[in-house]
Amino acid sequence: MEQLETFRSEVRQWLEDNCPQSQRSLAAPEEQYWGGRQGSFASEDARLWFERMRERGWTAPEWPTAYGGGGLNPQQARILKEEMKRINARTPLYSLGIWMLGPALLEYGNEAQKQQHIRAIVNGEIRWCQGYSEPGSGSDLASLQTRAEDMGDHYLVNGSKIWTTSADKSDWIFCLVRTDPAAKKQEGISFLLIDMASPGVSVTPIELISGESEFCQTFFDNVKVPKENLVGELNKGWSIAKALLVHERKLMSEMGSDSPREQVPPTVAAREYLPFEDGKIADAQLRSDLVDYEMQMQAIALTHFRTFEERAAKVHSAAPLVMKYAGTEAEKVKSELLLAIMGSRGLGWEGEGFSASELDTLRLWAMSKAMTIAGGTSEVQLNVIAKNALQLPQS
Amino acid sequence: MALVLNEEQRLLQDTARDFLAERAPVEALRKLRDARDDTGYDPALWREMCELGWASITLPEAYGGLEFGFAGLGLVIEQSGRTLTASPLFASAVLGASAILLGGSEQQKEQWLPAIAAGEVTTALALEESHHHRPQQIDTTLTPAGDGYTLNGSKCFVLDGHSADQLLVVARSSGERDSRDGLSLVLLPRDSAGVSVQRTIMADSRNAANIRFEQVNVPAEAVIGEAGAAWPVLEAVLDRGRVAMAAEMLGLAKESFERTVAYLKERKQFGALIGSFQALQHRAAQIQVELELCQSVVLQALSVVDEQPEQLPLMASLAKAKLNELAKRVTNEAVQMHGGIGVTDELEIGFFLKRARVAMQILGDTGFHKDRYASLCGY
Ligand SMILES: Cc1cc2nc3c(=O)[nH]c(=O)nc-3n(C[C@H](O)[C@H](O)[C@H](O)COP(=O)(O)OP(=O)(O)OC[C@H]3O[C@@H](n4cnc5c(N)ncnc54)[C@H](O)[C@@H]3O)c2cc1C
Ligand SMILES: Cc1cc2nc3c(=O)[nH]c(=O)nc-3n(C[C@H](O)[C@H](O)[C@H](O)COP(=O)(O)OP(=O)(O)OC[C@H]3O[C@@H](n4cnc5c(N)ncnc54)[C@H](O)[C@@H]3O)c2cc1C
Repeated sequence: MEQLETFRSEVRQWLEDNCPQSQRSLAAPEEQYWGGRQGSFASEDARLWFERMRERGWTAPEWPTAYGGGGLNPQQARILKEEMKRINARTPLYSLGIWMLGPALLEYGNEAQKQQHIRAIVNGEIRWCQGYSEPGSGSDLASLQTRAEDMGDHYLVNGSKIWTTSADKSDWIFCLVRTDPAAKKQEGISFLLIDMASPGVSVTPIELISGESEFCQTFFDNVKVPKENLVGELNKGWSIAKALLVHERKLMSEMGSDSPREQVPPTVAAREYLPFEDGKIADAQLRSDLVDYEMQMQAIALTHFRTFEERAAKVHSAAPLVMKYAGTEAEKVKSELLLAIMGSRGLGWEGEGFSASELDTLRLWAMSKAMTIAGGTSEVQLNVIAKNALQLPQS
Repeated sequence: MALVLNEEQRLLQDTARDFLAERAPVEALRKLRDARDDTGYDPALWREMCELGWASITLPEAYGGLEFGFAGLGLVIEQSGRTLTASPLFASAVLGASAILLGGSEQQKEQWLPAIAAGEVTTALALEESHHHRPQQIDTTLTPAGDGYTLNGSKCFVLDGHSADQLLVVARSSGERDSRDGLSLVLLPRDSAGVSVQRTIMADSRNAANIRFEQVNVPAEAVIGEAGAAWPVLEAVLDRGRVAMAAEMLGLAKESFERTVAYLKERKQFGALIGSFQALQHRAAQIQVELELCQSVVLQALSVVDEQPEQLPLMASLAKAKLNELAKRVTNEAVQMHGGIGVTDELEIGFFLKRARVAMQILGDTGFHKDRYASLCGY
């Protein structure tokens, strides 16, 4: 306890000394640093902040120091997070490598793979994207068809992936590929790392209802992949994929509390956009919707803390399993609530007549629809809870 | 750590669970109901519960207490929600003991707290005057007379009102009808002259009463705290009660849900276990989500009582509103998912359904607490 408090005051002091003032506010999308070969810093301060954090391994606080990580235990990592949040410090490096691939590589990768990839992730040198979904395989991911044939000294990959977030800006892709077409569907899948600079890889961006083109379709046409890029055993990729999905869902359930975009909190929006009578929002329906949302968010936040405490105390509960569903559904409620509070001022698409935050609110409302689909849909989450938490019989 | 139980707390929880499952299962409540038992609970059982220390968990050692904190009491109450155990735990150990602890003089504490802890004295809080929880709308009057006071008025929905030895009465010394100012709290024997008690039989087969006070003489030393200035103490007592009731509802919700999930794994229709139908799976999974959230809310609310009392009003309203909603949803689904037998008296699910409805009204319904939460947040 005392040690943790000492750690907290050290962290606080270090952040105070090292986090530039300009890095103590929410980062707009164009201000985020995602690393990689195409990565660039929005400002000299952003570079400074990133480099200082990287030096301490705090781009990946809980990873082993042997690979450049911060070596913190879960309690310390939580303190770092809290202290960063306290001063609104930006995430120095946004990265699927940190959030998703890294933890799986640390668990399933061989030493050479860890040496090759982990430090490059911590240092932001390589940007990764995720190649799971295919046009014919979404929720039923295990039915995927992209083939990797054993050609003796390499694998030959053919097929296509879809909804690949930021494929056009990434350097490498971690893929699920079919290596044994004859086996039961989960048993013929392998986990493969592919350099996107390889001949035969191409990407096409896809425009979303939010107006952005965050994701792409990724094509593989006779792509040669070295055999050492296989992670874990051949045909055992499914268990790695599942472990990785746990990280993805955890991440998505936390997204709301760490949203990169300036979205006005509903209580603040209420004061700006709604008439009050006797200290209360005059519109009884909106007041009631707002209090429902606020209560739900407080309950979710407390449950997040509980999962932290349980992890530290090595206590097992069903709480982590429900967070993706609860968090992303609440984000949708929040976005709908903001539109309702802002009325027609929340419906501006672009240009004059609307503030930047009003325009962002609408775009984020559109994005919120994607969050209950990405990383396993809400319906699939409920299936998982029914099966794993309640152990209900499967049909 | 507030959101994970420590070793001692887990032990207490297990002890309570085992004791109640053996000595006071739902079947015991059914027997009290069917026998139209006069007391409405088993006094011998209550003495045993007191011997286990349950009425003294939160009290300071100086008054015979265990100083184990409100979180500990909450765990016991949660377990009593699983078995729907009728006892003075809520009215005496939570409401009565808190009022005297928070508002009483040193002499009152010494007189009453050890007696409540030992199960020798039971109390009831006579607060409500209408069919909705409105703790400030008090018309019962406390007027100075001689060295003491005279009490006049009537109360309803007084939990344990017909069985308690002592009544804690909320009365108005001064001020407008809906004002927080001018309220008083007095403690007097139920058998005082001028007190008439009418026991009411309610849906949950537990104890409640309507009580009239006609020209009741109240000695000066019966006032808890300062006459006319009871609101801060009363509000803190009510918030403790709300958190405790939320803990009971958490136990009630878990138990009825677990029984329902078990039924989904044993009942077959259309050649399959009904738990394999996705229409039921998704509803059950959504309840699991809400249960997890409510678990965190209750644990936090309990620890706030002990550690951050300044946050208690907000957390108490969060907990009561959330658990009201959960208890309603779970008990409705529990009945529905049991099909035809769900609506029979033989199946115990109906007892959970009925207790939930009464618990939802105790110390504030969902609307009351949402309104209060919003007001506390400034909107
Ligand atoms: C913003 C965003 C980013 C993404 N990024 C990536 C990425 O980087 N890499 C990647 O590989 N993928 C990515 N995805 C893809 C994502 O994983 C899939 O969209 C998701 O798994 C759903 O698959 P689908 O779109 O094919 O929908 P489908 O599986 O076709 O689902 C259609 C509907 O049917 C429902 N449904 C399906 N099966 C069941 C069932 N068994 N029970 C009940 N209902 C069911 C679904 O819930 C949904 O409502 C992303 C998606 C989004 C929205
Ligand atoms: C007040 C009352 C009066 C009645 N009177 C009569 C009468 O006069 N004569 C008579 O013959 N019967 C009568 N019944 C019986 C009634 O028709 C049955 O209770 C009803 O058909 C449900 O069957 P069950 O009780 O066996 O529930 P079950 O079929 O076991 O259902 C249990 C739960 O599983 C759900 N479930 C079952 N199958 C599926 C599925 N495929 N998909 C999703 N969910 C499913 C149900 O919706 C329910 O929630 C009466 C019932 C009641 C409550």
